[in-house]
Amino acid sequence: MSELSRREFLGTTAAGIVGSSAIPAPDVVANQSPPAPVSAPRTAIRLIVNGRERDVEVEDRWTLAEMLRDHLQLTGTKVGCDRGECGACTVLLDGAPIYSCSYLAVWAASRSVETVEGLAAGAQLHPVQQAFIDHDAPQGGFCTSGQLMSAKALLAATPRPTADQARAALTGNLCRCSNYNHYVEAVVAAGASSSIVPESGRGDGQ
Amino acid sequence: MNYKEYNLIVMVVSTIGQPVPRKEGRAKLTGQARYIDDLVLPGMLHGATVRSPVARGLLRAIHYAPGVPWPEFTIVSAHDIPGANCVTLPPVFSMDAALARTEVIWGDDNVFKQYLVTRGNVDAVWTEAHVIVDGEYETGAQEQLYIEPQGMVALTDAQGAVTVWGSMQCPFYIHKALAALFNVPAAKVRVVQMETGGGFGGKEEYPSIIAGHAALLAWKSGRPVKLVYDRAEDMVATTKRHPSRTRHRTAVSRDGRLLAMDIEFTIDGGAYCTLSPVVLSRGTIHAAGPYFCPNIRIRGRAVATNMPPHGAFRGFGAPQSIFALERHMDRVAAAAGLTPDEFRRRNFIQTGQTSAVGQVMKEPIAMERLLDRALVLSDYHAKRSRFADANRHSTRIKRGIGFATFMHGAGFTGSGEQHLASVVAVEALSNGRVRVLAASAEIGQGTNTIFAQIAAEALGLECDDVEVAQPDTATVPDSGPTVASRTCMVVGKLIETASLDFRHRLETAGLLTSRYTPAEFRAACAAYRARHGDLRIAAQYRPPEGLRWDDQRYEGDAYGAYAWAVYVAEVTVDLDTFQTQVDDFVAVQEVGRVINPPLATGQIEGGVAQAIGWALFEDIVWRDGRMVNAQMTNYIMPTSMDLPPIRVFFEEAPYPNGPGGAKGIGELPMDGPAPAIFNAVANATGLNPAHLPLTPEALMELMEKAEPDGP
Repeated sequence: MSELSRREFLGTTAAGIVGSSAIPAPDVVANQSPPAPVSAPRTAIRLIVNGRERDVEVEDRWTLAEMLRDHLQLTGTKVGCDRGECGACTVLLDGAPIYSCSYLAVWAASRSVETVEGLAAGAQLHPVQQAFIDHDAPQGGFCTSGQLMSAKALLAATPRPTADQARAALTGNLCRCSNYNHYVEAVVAAGASSSIVPESGRGDGQ
Repeated sequence: MNYKEYNLIVMVVSTIGQPVPRKEGRAKLTGQARYIDDLVLPGMLHGATVRSPVARGLLRAIHYAPGVPWPEFTIVSAHDIPGANCVTLPPVFSMDAALARTEVIWGDDNVFKQYLVTRGNVDAVWTEAHVIVDGEYETGAQEQLYIEPQGMVALTDAQGAVTVWGSMQCPFYIHKALAALFNVPAAKVRVVQMETGGGFGGKEEYPSIIAGHAALLAWKSGRPVKLVYDRAEDMVATTKRHPSRTRHRTAVSRDGRLLAMDIEFTIDGGAYCTLSPVVLSRGTIHAAGPYFCPNIRIRGRAVATNMPPHGAFRGFGAPQSIFALERHMDRVAAAAGLTPDEFRRRNFIQTGQTSAVGQVMKEPIAMERLLDRALVLSDYHAKRSRFADANRHSTRIKRGIGFATFMHGAGFTGSGEQHLASVVAVEALSNGRVRVLAASAEIGQGTNTIFAQIAAEALGLECDDVEVAQPDTATVPDSGPTVASRTCMVVGKLIETASLDFRHRLETAGLLTSRYTPAEFRAACAAYRARHGDLRIAAQYRPPEGLRWDDQRYEGDAYGAYAWAVYVAEVTVDLDTFQTQVDDFVAVQEVGRVINPPLATGQIEGGVAQAIGWALFEDIVWRDGRMVNAQMTNYIMPTSMDLPPIRVFFEEAPYPNGPGGAKGIGELPMDGPAPAIFNAVANATGLNPAHLPLTPEALMELMEKAEPDGP
């Protein structure tokens, strides 16, 4: 079995190649010489993930989301659309929010990535996580990691955001349960609470 | 046993009505909650479904492209199915084409299902009417667009056991489907719900198909198989809200009372029958709204087309028929020379009156009080006159305010709950806690939390003393599907009953007195377990006394309880860009007692937001029966920037047959916003918007038709 990622597999089927049939893999292909196995180019990169230095040999075609979820087991980052539309995969790259489904892992070499798993310090939730609990912000929860990362980036740049600023910062994170107003309240409340530690003081490699 | 006595005691602890934090909230906020795509099994393969590129055709042959190592693939088709495959030629793309029967694709008339509701005799009163108002209203399809795409992981073994994990609302629907598909006994099938990132009806029925595909591939390949839909596939292939067309003819007497309502309600079922008959049923029953009228005729029908099958989506047919009705009622009021609120006041159904389907309304109905409160909270009357003044002096910006008054029946329709005969259980655990066992899925709406609250209240414990089992058909009883606003009212009531019985069991065993501490309760459970092995109490649904429904005549008590509401929308319409913006939204409702105020508020806000999307943005573009805008960038749902403040208010009137007095809540907020917004746009512009969604393009066309010479 050759190594085939789901993305590649789905891409193949979308092009209409796989047929669903009981007809056994038929003569059509018997005369064809099997294609040479594709060995995807790989690159060894060093990066910081949630404050920890990691060495990863990535396939150049992996997205950052793929690397985090499938190879570093950081599955808190979710993939809702895989094409930069929904924001569920938002992570921080050197403190700035990006869609990790639309960013190649290899581009993250020598940079710092922060995911939802890096927010809490042990059992101590980050103030924005606590504010999300206090305001019942997550419902289905699938968009929540992305909302948290966008919120964290906002609070780092604007420690006491207004509701309009929070709304604008979260606009790239779709939530179909549509608890937007709760998310916005939570972000404003997290800013208003004095417990937010300035970004420079967190010592997480940034 | 004496439940009243228990209720006195539980007042001391009372967790119902408290803002208890979401039970799985911490897991969702730390990335620890496990959704289906987070599950990886050793040796797991990825599966995918190959679909027909045409809307209607015959499969003649399957060709395999050269250059692909086919022996590495496992391929299944209909021929491989060991059990039943009973998912039963120029295409039919519209309701009109279906009804014209130029192509017959279903039965002999392209109609999946029809209902006829009659009360009195509409045809006898047209001549005595003071005014008669006709109207036609249409709604488009809507995609559920849960942010977590659909997906399943399947595993089979040589002994014929089939296990699937997945994103779902109804574990036992999948269970039943797999047993049939593989022709194996029910005991061989196990279905486990993973954390589920939204459903809204979209994960009611369709997951059975994905589970079937994944399980067939697992069975044939001998490996675990994950099948998670890509977003575009999810949008193109899975079920959506039924498009609808409703025609009204309404007669009103000189004193502004409804004399006759003649309603024709048609929905597009798509290519397969699926849930269309039951969606149609709910839409038909809600079509006459919260009004009393002595003469009513409602003709409902679901037609077959070659569009993708339409199915369940929050509201389940009711938002469609209520949209038409509430938009129409504003026009009827105007024709009768009454304000929208005065006309409704004269016609609200009252306790003791009989509904369209012959239900004598027994519960207290507070529509007038809800209306009063909503109009005050929204400053309706002052704004209406202020906007009218301002609009006279503004050619570009027009402001308006409008409302809708409506109700939503909770639980399955008619005898549905009796047929389901749902079961839950409550058991003592060795760790001293109590566990609730039900198949009702947490999909974001708060099931885990409210179940814990209901059990804790009945047991006199704290919420943290109660665990809620992950739905797994191997361990939980069948408490029915997670649909129809039934989880809190119907399943929650069973949990309350089982919990009270649980407590009674400990008391009659002499292990517990009427007042106790949590430690004493734990000791009692431990003593009972030591003596009897385990302590597990089940409860099964029995219809409340006096509830009757005649399936044949389609008549009787359609629902055990209704939630009632008045929603007010305030809009700004920009006649240069034709954009409609909702500036303020007031939602006043009576849903019985509120179990958890923040969760309930979140349910209302979320439903209102989805309905704003349905009313104004969400437009599925079809080409040859296929959705062509299957992306989140061209199928537009609301973002954080698109919502007004949504101000939510509850009137509490405890319902005796709901847990702690609660009724259903989840679907109600989908019903009212669209007509409230349309009535506000009509108020702002003087137009008659009647087709949803009211995109800028649609509003521009409406404007041009209304003013053929241009402004």
